[in-house]
Amino acid sequence: MTTDAAAVRAGAFREGLRQGRLVPILTVLAAIVVVWYGAAVYLNAPRLIDGYERRDQAWDTGRLISDAYSMRRPVLPAPHQIVVELDKTVLDTPVTSRRSLVYHAGVTLSSSLLGFVLGSLLGIVLAVGIIHIHTLDRSLMPWIVASQTVPILAIAPMIIVVLASIGLVGLIPKAIISTYLCFFPVAVGMVKGLRSPDPLQLDLMETYSASKAQTFWMLRWPASTPFLLASLKVAVALSLVGAIVGELPTGARAGIGARLLAGSYYGQTIQIWSALIVASLMAGCLVWLVGAAERQVLRRMGSR
Amino acid sequence: MTGKPPYPVAAFAALAVAGVVLPLPQGSWIGTPALVLPAAIALAGAAALILLRRESWGMAGLAVASTVIGAVAPLEAIRLLGTGVGIAAPGVWLFVAGLGFLSWHAMALLSLLSGRADAGAARWLALTVPAAFGLWVLYLWQILVVGFGIPSVLLPAPSAIGQVLGGSQELLLADFHQTFIKSVLPGFAIGCASGFVVAVLVDRVPFLQRGLQPIGSLVSALPIVGIAPIMVMWFGFDWQSKAAVVVVMTFFPMLVNTIAGLGATGAMERDLMRSYAAGYATTFVKVRLPNALPFVFNALKINSTLALIGAIVAEFFGTPIVGMGFRISTDVGRMNIDTVWATIAVAALAGSAFYGALALLERSVTFWHASYRQRR
Repeated sequence: MTTDAAAVRAGAFREGLRQGRLVPILTVLAAIVVVWYGAAVYLNAPRLIDGYERRDQAWDTGRLISDAYSMRRPVLPAPHQIVVELDKTVLDTPVTSRRSLVYHAGVTLSSSLLGFVLGSLLGIVLAVGIIHIHTLDRSLMPWIVASQTVPILAIAPMIIVVLASIGLVGLIPKAIISTYLCFFPVAVGMVKGLRSPDPLQLDLMETYSASKAQTFWMLRWPASTPFLLASLKVAVALSLVGAIVGELPTGARAGIGARLLAGSYYGQTIQIWSALIVASLMAGCLVWLVGAAERQVLRRMGSR
Repeated sequence: MTGKPPYPVAAFAALAVAGVVLPLPQGSWIGTPALVLPAAIALAGAAALILLRRESWGMAGLAVASTVIGAVAPLEAIRLLGTGVGIAAPGVWLFVAGLGFLSWHAMALLSLLSGRADAGAARWLALTVPAAFGLWVLYLWQILVVGFGIPSVLLPAPSAIGQVLGGSQELLLADFHQTFIKSVLPGFAIGCASGFVVAVLVDRVPFLQRGLQPIGSLVSALPIVGIAPIMVMWFGFDWQSKAAVVVVMTFFPMLVNTIAGLGATGAMERDLMRSYAAGYATTFVKVRLPNALPFVFNALKINSTLALIGAIVAEFFGTPIVGMGFRISTDVGRMNIDTVWATIAVAALAGSAFYGALALLERSVTFWHASYRQRR
């Protein structure tokens, strides 16, 4: 019995390896790391060779490679240099310190989450208005779509400066930029979702003489939940982008964007890369969290 | 709407009469022909709208005309009273609020009629209503900024932005050329083309496909703009670094969408092609590529916005002294906010035109797709 179960499990495991995604993903990741190490040598070599020749030093390939992986300001840092920097700035530095990446990530995260909440609420409110008021549908909806062809991140500096001149600094201006980026996918997704019940179902509600509010809460809202959650996943990633770009222009003193800017001023490539990695990890976690909530909610609602 | 009283028009009439009766800081509505005349015409139009209550093109035209003529009165009042009169002239603001109701009624009539119009007219009307909405927002913006004397450092009036647009065309054109023609277009072309080619290659190797697709969709969610400082270090201050940012930003959406699109062909179609003894190339060109086109166009449209954002944000990290991102970041510092807004207007126009061109191309290339047939 137990051996059978074990055999079945082993078979399932092998099958999983062949069909699943883990092995391919790990292979691709490993390939990226290998290419990265190669590229680090290739990109850093010219400057190193230049240095050797200026100092009339003898050098060989081994020395070149080991030096390429330990430059202080490399053109492309090797992955392990970034890991060391991350270890230093994330684990070894107290969270309250200005040198801690956790502190900067927290600053960015707080404004992006505020923007995410505001943007999602705005998107939902707009969508509810649009499906109930025909004139809004005709007049506002095209502008909502057009609003996204405007490179809104470009006006981030202006929003920040203008709000600063009326005394609003810190969290709110960055959150407003995130809000602008977030509301669009939610509004569009929710308009689609709130219209997703088919005419048969709407007619049924009418034969029950359901009020508009009842139709909304009992039919439209539940029907739109999958659309809402899918758009929230897009929105949460966008809110982080908005917060980071919001930190770029005014020389903000804290946040991932400020780290990027400071790194680019002083040529600290390792610092830029580690800030990028932290931002990517944050984005990954946020998207994963919303995705997990999505799966949970949809399972509760009875879909697979 | 027949029979149902047009409440917005009644609201306009009430607010407008109240506005006209209320005293001004200097003079009065009644004593100034430039104010009382447009107000009277608009009120007469409103009276006709209330009495006739028909949903016809004539009525819609009357509503639009009354709004436009009525809109002259507050502008004229502010010109006479001086900018920044603000709350001292409450009648003007009551009148503007009333105009809001009247324009709402006009838009409601237009959108109601456009729902009934035949296909040709409906396409025109689909543009009219949003255009009317946009004009109304511009009008409100103008009159609020001028009326309350909001400093142009905070928010310039549309007329001031228009002056910059008309007056410094050379500057704006040079910026447009640097950012859009030199950085966005090459970056967009290279990024989309390479994303597409990689997707087609990956598609032949299911193992790579399973590995690349999740990573690609994760990367599409990452804040890739962050690589801008690195690219500026690698490729220098000129357009090459901006194009490089655009390439990286547009590559992944194209990759993920094309992989998904190539997978969209059903098993039935592929079996049919097999039974025709069609090879990989024939199946690809005749079945799988057309089926992937909607996905590819989706990626192109997403990328059109991303590309502009990438180029402009990359310019924040260093540029030669030209370019939209450069203009925005330096003129914000110099408090030339109207130039900033003019640049944003150019960027918005360029972005919308780019998106619109892609949408038109999509329509003509994938006209057979279900999403277009349903509309008829």
